[in-house]
Amino acid sequence: MSRLRTITRRGFLIGSAAIAGGVAFGVYSARTPHPNPLLEGLAEGEASFNPWVLVRADGITLITPHADKGQGVTSAQAVLIAEEMDLEMGQFEVSFGAPDPAYYNTALTSEAVPFMPTNESWGAETVRDALGGVAKLLGMQGTGGSSAMPDSFDKLRRAGAIARETLKLAAARETGVAVEDLRTESGAVVLPDGTRLDYTALASAAAGVDPVQDVTLRDPAEWRLIGKPTQRVDIVAKSTGTMTYGIDLKVEGVVHAAVRTNPRQGGALLSYDDSAARAMRGVSDVLEIPGGIAVIADNTWRAIRAAETVEVDWGPAPYLAEQDDHWTALADAFNDDQLDKTWRDEGDTSATISAATDVVQAEYRSPYVAHAPLEPLNAIVRVNADSTDVWTGHQMPQFLQRQVAAITGQTPDQIRFHNQFIGGSFGHRLELEYLKHAAAIAVQMPGIPVKLTYSREEDFAHDYPRHPAIGRGRGVVANGRVEAMEVDIAAPSVMASQMGRIGMNIPGPDSQITSGAWNNPYNIPNLRVRGFRAEGLAPVSSWRAVGAPGAGFIFDSFLDELIHAAGADPLEERIRLMGHEASRRVLETVGEMASWAGPLGNGKGRGVAFVESFGVPFAQIIEVTATDRGIRIDDVWAACDVGTVVDPVNFEGLVQGGIVFGLGHAINCEITYADGMAQQQNYYDHEAMRIWQAPRIHVRGLENGSKVRGIGEPMVPPAAPALANAIFAATGQRIREMPFNKHIDFV
Amino acid sequence: MKLIVDGIEREVDVEPGMPLLWVLRDELGITGVKYGCGVAQCGACTVHLNGEAVRSCQTPAADAEGAEVLTINGLGTPDALHAVQEAWIDHQVAQCGYCQSGQIMQAAALLAENPDPTDADIDDAMWGNLCRCGTYPRIRAAIHTAAAKLKEA
Ligand code: FES
Ligand code: FES
Repeated sequence: MSRLRTITRRGFLIGSAAIAGGVAFGVYSARTPHPNPLLEGLAEGEASFNPWVLVRADGITLITPHADKGQGVTSAQAVLIAEEMDLEMGQFEVSFGAPDPAYYNTALTSEAVPFMPTNESWGAETVRDALGGVAKLLGMQGTGGSSAMPDSFDKLRRAGAIARETLKLAAARETGVAVEDLRTESGAVVLPDGTRLDYTALASAAAGVDPVQDVTLRDPAEWRLIGKPTQRVDIVAKSTGTMTYGIDLKVEGVVHAAVRTNPRQGGALLSYDDSAARAMRGVSDVLEIPGGIAVIADNTWRAIRAAETVEVDWGPAPYLAEQDDHWTALADAFNDDQLDKTWRDEGDTSATISAATDVVQAEYRSPYVAHAPLEPLNAIVRVNADSTDVWTGHQMPQFLQRQVAAITGQTPDQIRFHNQFIGGSFGHRLELEYLKHAAAIAVQMPGIPVKLTYSREEDFAHDYPRHPAIGRGRGVVANGRVEAMEVDIAAPSVMASQMGRIGMNIPGPDSQITSGAWNNPYNIPNLRVRGFRAEGLAPVSSWRAVGAPGAGFIFDSFLDELIHAAGADPLEERIRLMGHEASRRVLETVGEMASWAGPLGNGKGRGVAFVESFGVPFAQIIEVTATDRGIRIDDVWAACDVGTVVDPVNFEGLVQGGIVFGLGHAINCEITYADGMAQQQNYYDHEAMRIWQAPRIHVRGLENGSKVRGIGEPMVPPAAPALANAIFAATGQRIREMPFNKHIDFV
Repeated sequence: MKLIVDGIEREVDVEPGMPLLWVLRDELGITGVKYGCGVAQCGACTVHLNGEAVRSCQTPAADAEGAEVLTINGLGTPDALHAVQEAWIDHQVAQCGYCQSGQIMQAAALLAENPDPTDADIDDAMWGNLCRCGTYPRIRAAIHTAAAKLKEA
């Protein structure tokens, strides 16, 4: 699928695209486009009009730089370009492209701003744009935070339009027909007499034309591809075993490596005995790497098995060794010194609560959870004399280049990154430890491609899990309404932990401690949401939806408790309190879908939850049956507003899958530490959902929001509270801790 | 030792205890068969051994000696799809797709035995195939479609 190497070797500069930059930032370089990397060394007769489109006599390649971990973003990016360029699916190839500042992500940092994503005021927008400018200055090309569609939606359609208009101009010059008399259709410019000039035949002529920058995007009413079902470009390969993931890649002369590094993450290697490993068939070497050892062999299984036989003495964990102490550190964080930020403070919450005779109180827990995508982490690294090749699937190309360069002693631009399709991530492929391991091995074997494959056990041991949290709610109800709600959440800062590992210091409060709580656009007369920063816990990382699965569970569960205490209807009271129009419609829609007011069978219960994350208001209603063997999850109704649904078939699949993901982990997954090590080692003790537990899931995507939003994550956070609320409705038992199977059985 | 993989006789020189998974992937280069857990927990490595679905990560090479092994790459190809693969494409089941080789092999074995499975039959047959992306609703739908297609054929 990738023609990238040929592209960069044979390039030819014809101009670059103007991309709208960060406004109101006042920095010239933030507004100037980065140069087009495709132009470097184009061959005679090949044309590239901007960093996303390459037209050659033998074919068209669209560059889709966002990493594809299964969310289908390769297809979605291609659809945006193809829509404006009048290409049909199947008329082009796709390539991830090489890391380049031209592919900076303007949307990635926008959720870091202290404004609710639903706040589209001038001030909030200005700060978001300015942060987009920062991403551009850093050349930060990343995939995460459900940002690929917000980042791409205008940019890639514009890239397609520029290509279309430039090809028309080239055709006009070739034929003498006025541009106004030309149209485009199915990969060709069409002359008034119906003659078709294929884009590929125009490549040579177009290469001599300055790209047309003054373009108009199509009216949404004319869209042929956007909003319509399209076949994902990867679907046939993924249904026939012919998709090559990083773990399947073959590179000439490759050797296989397996590692054992200190399961007390970041701890030292004290001593080891590798004599048994060295004697095993196929093993060629055992090397030391920071914090552990690596076995080199002629086959993955031989390397993994030999690594398991090495006897190792590990140093202590640089964090609290026992799980109980982690919970204590969280519980102790609710104090003024550890207050990270007061995110909402409306009305007078303290006075209302102090004055009340009846105060509703509750405490909630959200545990560490592993990412555990099905493809274990793997990478091929080859250190050459003046460059290094890295083959792996990764979401942060520039960070990867910097970290690998630091190990090989080269400069980041000498690190040639070849991105690969990824067998799931959920945040795992934002991390760089496995790449540091692979580079630390490869640098000891110059010229030889080293393929490192983590065993599943190593993958679990070296996951940086989702951060845990404790939430405390206090509130007051009166006259059938929620009057005051106070939610305090203590958690470690995932941003500080994650960015700290790549040497970046993130100043200021961490919005992820309370993400999924503070940003819900309710108008509760007295509302306070505060985040507290816990210290000394295990290193953590972004897990699908980051802070919102934990904080959203805490916030929505407590709101549900208050509504029940008030004697109000859980859906109606949420709608009454909602202060944001698009969010209110999401709640109303999910109510209609589920026939909320309708009758329920014996033993059944329904719960509703609403959590906003990444700018997407998302509501779910879950129906369960309390059977004599435990809870059965029957149906889920899901409604959200993403502004524009780019592909309804992929959208439905992603939402269903994300709800299965959210429910599965809420039911039965947690990572706990003993003696500094994660106690869970494989899927048998961190299972999530299997097919027999999967409910029917009914999905509707609304398009009232003014911006296009990504749907990689926002369906995850409401799943857990909707289920807990449904269980309460069915049984009267309120579950305040994930995983729920510590408190109730599931069938 | 000799095995017949996707209809072709192959000769390998491996330890008798090397799991069939790694014989296929690393010795024979058949990478449609996936490694997910190594301990029969995920089903990503599912192949047919003499017609029966097995976890190749738990099948020692010695057990496959002389046997007929069918992998996803032999079940059908992009140009000659098996009915199950066709249904998988129609329903756009795959997300990351990493589990789908195993899901499809398990589903093909189910349909060979039970041409008209109910949802409960599907849950029984497919419970060992983990999908971290949560594609279960579409797996169920695709199996029903494949069953219908196979009956027509
Ligand atoms: S790799 Fe065989 S069942 Fe997971
Ligand atoms: S599609 Fe990703 S694990 Fe199943």
